[in-house]
Amino acid sequence: MSDYRPPLDDIRLVLAEISDLAAVCDLPGYQHVDPETVDGVLDELGRFVAEVVAPVNRIGDEEGCTVDDGVVTVPEAFGEAWDRFVEAGWGAISQDPDYGGGGFPGAVQTVMTELLATASRAWSMGPMLTVGALDALHTFADEGLKETYLPKMVSAVWSGTMNLTEPQAGSDVGALTTKAVPQDDGTYRIFGTKIFITFGEHELTENIIQLVLARTPDSPPGTKGISLFIVPKYLVGDDGSLGERNDYKCLSVEHKLGLHASPTCVLSYGDAGDGAVGYLIGEEHQGMRYMFKMMNNARLGVGVEGLAVSERALQQAADYAVERRQGRAIGGPAGEQAAIVEHADVRRMLLTMRAYTDAMRCLLYLNAATLDVAARHPDAEARQAAADRAELLTPISKAWCTDVGVEMASLGIQVHGGYGYIEETGAAQHWRDSRISPIYEGTNGIQAMDLVGRKLPMREGGVMADLLAEVGRFDAELAAAGDGFASIRSGLADALAAMEEATSWLVANGLADPNDAMAGSTPYLRMFGQLVGGWLLARLALGAQRRLDAGEGDAEFLATKVVAARFYAEQLLPVVRAQLGSVTAGKGDLFAVPAGSFSA
Amino acid sequence: MNVVVCVKQIPDPADPGALDPETRTLKRDVKLILDESDSYGVEMGLQLVDAAGEGEVRLVSMAPNNEVSGLRTALAMGAESAVLVSDEALAGSDALSTAKVLAAAIARCEPDLVLAATESSDGYTGTVPVQVAELMDLPSVTFGKEITVEGGTATVKRQTEAGYDEVECPLPCVVSVTAGVVEPRYPSFKGIMAAKNKPVEELDLAGLGIDPTTVGWAGARQEITEIAEAPAREAGEVIVDEGDAHERILAFLDDLKVL
Ligand SMILES: Cc1cc2nc3c(=O)[nH]c(=O)nc-3n(C[C@@H](O)[C@H](O)[C@H](O)COP(=O)(O)OP(=O)(O)OC[C@H]3O[C@@H](n4cnc5c(N)ncnc54)[C@H](O)[C@@H]3O)c2cc1C
Ligand SMILES: Cc1cc2nc3c(=O)[nH]c(=O)nc-3n(C[C@H](O)[C@H](O)[C@H](O)COP(=O)(O)OP(=O)(O)OC[C@H]3O[C@@H](n4cnc5c(N)ncnc54)[C@H](O)[C@@H]3O)c2cc1C
Repeated sequence: MSDYRPPLDDIRLVLAEISDLAAVCDLPGYQHVDPETVDGVLDELGRFVAEVVAPVNRIGDEEGCTVDDGVVTVPEAFGEAWDRFVEAGWGAISQDPDYGGGGFPGAVQTVMTELLATASRAWSMGPMLTVGALDALHTFADEGLKETYLPKMVSAVWSGTMNLTEPQAGSDVGALTTKAVPQDDGTYRIFGTKIFITFGEHELTENIIQLVLARTPDSPPGTKGISLFIVPKYLVGDDGSLGERNDYKCLSVEHKLGLHASPTCVLSYGDAGDGAVGYLIGEEHQGMRYMFKMMNNARLGVGVEGLAVSERALQQAADYAVERRQGRAIGGPAGEQAAIVEHADVRRMLLTMRAYTDAMRCLLYLNAATLDVAARHPDAEARQAAADRAELLTPISKAWCTDVGVEMASLGIQVHGGYGYIEETGAAQHWRDSRISPIYEGTNGIQAMDLVGRKLPMREGGVMADLLAEVGRFDAELAAAGDGFASIRSGLADALAAMEEATSWLVANGLADPNDAMAGSTPYLRMFGQLVGGWLLARLALGAQRRLDAGEGDAEFLATKVVAARFYAEQLLPVVRAQLGSVTAGKGDLFAVPAGSFSA
Repeated sequence: MNVVVCVKQIPDPADPGALDPETRTLKRDVKLILDESDSYGVEMGLQLVDAAGEGEVRLVSMAPNNEVSGLRTALAMGAESAVLVSDEALAGSDALSTAKVLAAAIARCEPDLVLAATESSDGYTGTVPVQVAELMDLPSVTFGKEITVEGGTATVKRQTEAGYDEVECPLPCVVSVTAGVVEPRYPSFKGIMAAKNKPVEELDLAGLGIDPTTVGWAGARQEITEIAEAPAREAGEVIVDEGDAHERILAFLDDLKVL
């Protein structure tokens, strides 16, 4: 089985050509960072994840985790990698320098997310949820809580979680019933059961900081009555020392399709009777609003998982395809088995994986840089424009990338033939690990509804129109690039026309009967993602061509980018128009079948 | 306790290197990285300074094109500063020229201890450290696998085929360190950021007071007379188990003298 090679050339090219890393580094607060520093950091981070994190991926899958009377055990190798991660201080990279962080842009954090998740999807869940919890605390908690909790979480000496889900409250977070009872001393006592809590319990860190959504007494029903609390595993004294064990317990860990070594926990709060001690973050009843603010980053992070599995599956499939010999290559010597990479159909699979992987990286890194601009640009209008753009991109970063990620992991198995279906090869693990990403952090169905129901109506459709206009204007650059880019140009123009048609239909029909719009939301999201992917790949290819013309960089690597963009435009971009019928079909047939008649 | 560690910056061994047919030496116009062999010396130096509770690790390197990438890695691990010698007249330097340059640069640091690797990963003549010691008139210990320092004495465990010798040696001295004897730390994120601001003194031959005719092509005492393609890898031997495979594998390994 092959090892993970951090694709630093790919990462650097996308950072430079798509994210405009130099411009991001110029934003206020990032002046201590420049592209050269990022380069150096990526070299070492890449080496670290390849040598320390990647080797635990397989071990985790095989060993899984167990629970015994509330104590969760994850593979020992996970603990060793975590300790090294803390020693090297990588968790701090994009955190606030006031709490020990490195103050790097979110765009670089996104690269780290990719590297960690590609090295080991299961292991990376711990650091990623810690970053999510940190983000929420940093933005909404008062100074006292921040001083108590942030430094240890920044250094990853403590880990963090997000506790939203309950049995009756999955997609419908507003249905949660966990209670938070205020106490005279200003703290709260938490009672209730949370399920599916990632890294909810383990012994990897000295303390676990649970962020819990709960309801205070007499709060309004639904999402308006939810508040957000810190519930530490061990209570923290004024001097920072760890005290009593808080009143909650891990009742079980789930047996799952993938992510075997990422503990998915049922946590029961307040079983001992007094309730778990919780501290309110921000104000009562604002919990859902806070979650919404965190959502762009969290969803972007999950989108990166789609890229990560795709990259890993591609590396493994590409290695296998040059080793495995089967069949005679057309025109090849008789009696000699060719490497399967010589067969056209295998090449089709590999180039499909290559092109989608590049397209996903472009979209995600652009989304990340756009969030940086939205947070830091000195000009309020520029901030607002970037914030709107990021809002629009987020559902496709999350849903398109994770759907495509599953498809690519599946293709990776296909390249391996029967050996891909056998666990020993390791290709199957990527697919099993990939399958959760379209489900959590808002299912992809919910993302599609978000795109059509919330994002499309922003500024009366103006945010979407601006983006489509930008894709349209890009045609001039392609025209100037000459014949080599002609098919990319025509492919993009046709896809854009289809996208505009679908958008007009949704705008015209969505208001009359929302179910007509919702019926087409998933195909609409697919076509949007597919279009943006093609647009950004073309931009990447122009950048690659410019470097080739200037004689800079690795010619073979750069030329492959141009081929991948052309292949995508000619062979994958038609998917956009193919969705048009589904987007505009309306709800008719979907509701023509009685609820009980979908299966006999 | 001041330790100088010699660190060679070499082309990334993961990328296929190329020889310059004219000079018959390795092409070094690519980005150079820290020779992994030297990461052990850096780690050992850091540990010794830690144990002593005072002093610092300085790096000395000779490399073309003012290359600092590899030095930055070692600085990020925790070394305090570096001296880099670069000069066009150094092209064509053989091991002795390299040693002359290193010796002059090291002398400026007045170290208590000089560490180098037993051999580099790209040139691997394994001659530079002893030459440096000779030129500086310092005692030299080779194949070090463990070093402790007390008072003015270094106690070194020298790796041997059978086990190790323990030798004592007055400071200052030059010790070459065997690869793999310690686990080099990964540069931390903070270390990488700090390394950006650590001083790297860049010197040329004039700055070191070395006559350019005594080094480089002009001063070379070695000549590379021929380079040839490496022989293609031979097919491996397949041992089919007929009940005696373990014995045959043992015999095979014994032949290779790896047992
Ligand atoms: C005739 C000839 C011409 C050459 N021309 C060139 C040339 O033009 N350009 C070129 O780059 N190389 C050239 N070389 C290679 C030469 O510079 C070797 O790198 C040098 O001889 C050191 O040999 P080595 O790597 O085998 O050292 P070894 O003795 O194997 O090295 C042992 C240890 O000594 C230390 N050390 C060695 N070299 C350095 C260094 N440069 N800086 C810091 N520490 C060091 C390291 O700790 C190293 O691990 C030439 C060699 C010969 C023989
Ligand atoms: C491995 C794993 C880790 C997890 N980690 C965490 C965690 O750390 N913290 C946490 O709080 N939760 C976590 N979850 C929970 C996860 O976020 C939920 O499973 C997810 O939100 C979906 O909820 P559900 O499972 O109840 O599915 P449901 O909400 O029951 O959804 C079932 C189906 O119905 C669709 N659907 C539901 N509502 C609508 C609607 N209004 N319109 C259209 N379609 C709809 C969905 O898209 C889906 O296809 C995790 C889950 C897993 C499996």
